[in-house]
Amino acid sequence: MLRLILARAFGGFVVLAAVATISFFLLRAAKGGPFDEERNVPPEIQRNIEERYHLRDPLWKQYTHHMAGMLTFDFGHSMKRQQTVNEIIATHFPYSITLGVMSILIAVALGVSAGVVAAWKRNTWTDYAMMTVALLGISIPSFVLGPLLIAGFALHLHLLPPARVEGLSSYILPALALGLIYAGTIARLSRGGMLETLNQDFIRTARAKGLSERAVVLRHALRIGLVPVLTYLGPATAALVSGSFVIEKIFQIPGLGFFFVTTIAERDYPVLTGVLTFYIAFLVLLNLLVDIGYGLLDPRIRDKR
Amino acid sequence: MTTITATAAPTPTTGRSLWADAWRRLRKNRMAVVCGALFVAIASFCIAGPPLAAAIAGLDPTQIDADVGASAPSAAHWFGTDTLGRDMLTRVMMGGRIALLVGLVTTLVALVIGVSWGAIAAYSGGRTDEAMMRIVDILYGFPTVVFVIVIMGTFQTKSLLVLFALIGAISWLTMARIVRGQVLSLRHRDFVEAARAIGARPSRVLFRHIVPNTLGVVIIYATLTLPQVMLVEAFLSFLGLGVQAPRASWGTLVTEGSSQIIVYPWLLIFPGLVMGLTIFALNFLGDGLRDALDPQTRKE
Repeated sequence: MLRLILARAFGGFVVLAAVATISFFLLRAAKGGPFDEERNVPPEIQRNIEERYHLRDPLWKQYTHHMAGMLTFDFGHSMKRQQTVNEIIATHFPYSITLGVMSILIAVALGVSAGVVAAWKRNTWTDYAMMTVALLGISIPSFVLGPLLIAGFALHLHLLPPARVEGLSSYILPALALGLIYAGTIARLSRGGMLETLNQDFIRTARAKGLSERAVVLRHALRIGLVPVLTYLGPATAALVSGSFVIEKIFQIPGLGFFFVTTIAERDYPVLTGVLTFYIAFLVLLNLLVDIGYGLLDPRIRDKR
Repeated sequence: MTTITATAAPTPTTGRSLWADAWRRLRKNRMAVVCGALFVAIASFCIAGPPLAAAIAGLDPTQIDADVGASAPSAAHWFGTDTLGRDMLTRVMMGGRIALLVGLVTTLVALVIGVSWGAIAAYSGGRTDEAMMRIVDILYGFPTVVFVIVIMGTFQTKSLLVLFALIGAISWLTMARIVRGQVLSLRHRDFVEAARAIGARPSRVLFRHIVPNTLGVVIIYATLTLPQVMLVEAFLSFLGLGVQAPRASWGTLVTEGSSQIIVYPWLLIFPGLVMGLTIFALNFLGDGLRDALDPQTRKE
């Protein structure tokens, strides 16, 4: 288990280095630079600005400087704002993580309960209805659902704030809009996982011992049946990151995603590469936790070396 | 030398081909058939609709009529008109053409990459296989759409071709996994040994003999990739990074509509509804096909 974790951690490190490298060269390959839109400045000032940000150094020197910064978690200073990239992340990320955690909680709570009930009552109307609703959830894009939720719950019923952040209740609608798609997928995965588990020998043993169906499903099958859901949490969080770009825009939440999409055209190199690397570092760490989580849920994986 | 003739009596039960069997099973899943028909209906509505609407009612999606402005659905304009007085029915049709075009081409791109990747990994085996599939695993945990956002955002391109390539380049992962599994189970079968024995090169064995046998699952996952890439396109268009004006897709229509949701709700509801229905129909059909064609993953 430890060896597996170390190998994964090393792999994650390689991925991070690759992302930092690719994003660095990709941005420089695009036409135009961060200071194109400045008004005409005298060439000396232009040169001073570019020197300040090491833009006049040869590319390899810029690159090593950039990578050295990454290693010490120093993503540099924004070229457009009076802030370092670390400060930008610290300002905006808390909004995104609150939204993300709430969406995941909604998705897991709704998805797992729907999936388990559907598996329990398999091939009945309850099952079919739940799975159709789940598929419907997967098919409605979050940016259609979001405005509809605003119109319904905020503007007609006046139950919740329509946009902007004024306390935790402001997160409910965006978290729903963001989480429902994943709730649908999680419902399908947990149903499938449960059905497969319920057919296995150890479940027959549990039934043979005379346990109630309830105990069999909730105590014995649930743990193994939910492994597919755990596997999906990695990709789901990754998708959640990109999903938050749109949802934060619709609900005017000043999170990192909203910041990212509104500033992307500015070509603020340190900000773009920094935020991107930060996102990937976050996801790599999360995937590592998911890998460890497996071992805890399923002893068959834990004991494998 | 005697000629060998078929001496065995014709068996009373006629064998069913994979396809006949699958069709029979698909037909039993009535909802999947309905969804398939629904998708065909929406596609023909988008393809044949605009010329028909122009011939019958004189509707033109580009005709600006400032006097009309945004009007609610009526007998003349079934889906209403947008803020510039353009007919929404024909605009939704035209948006559907772009959305379907992007969806189909992108799915094709994803299919080519995914099938080649999975087939090559499985056929090579060993280290190569491990490395290739590890890359797929890593990309799964990646917000790959963000990379498309970065590229579209920094390069500021309006080209549809770039959009096809980029969305295709991030949508092949599931296809690769599934095809790899299929090829793994096929590569030691007799017909493959036979092809190898007569001296066919590995690439020929792989792409002429093995890959065609994975067609069933490829069709299933292509059906499931299509709604997924359509969502990605709409997502990008929503951020202003996908389909660019003067072209409009369902994604761009929804974007325009979502800013007017309170005053002119039909501007969001109609394109959103048609897009949601299309994606739902495709997902349902894909599920049905999977149950019908792929016995291993069939529900009990």
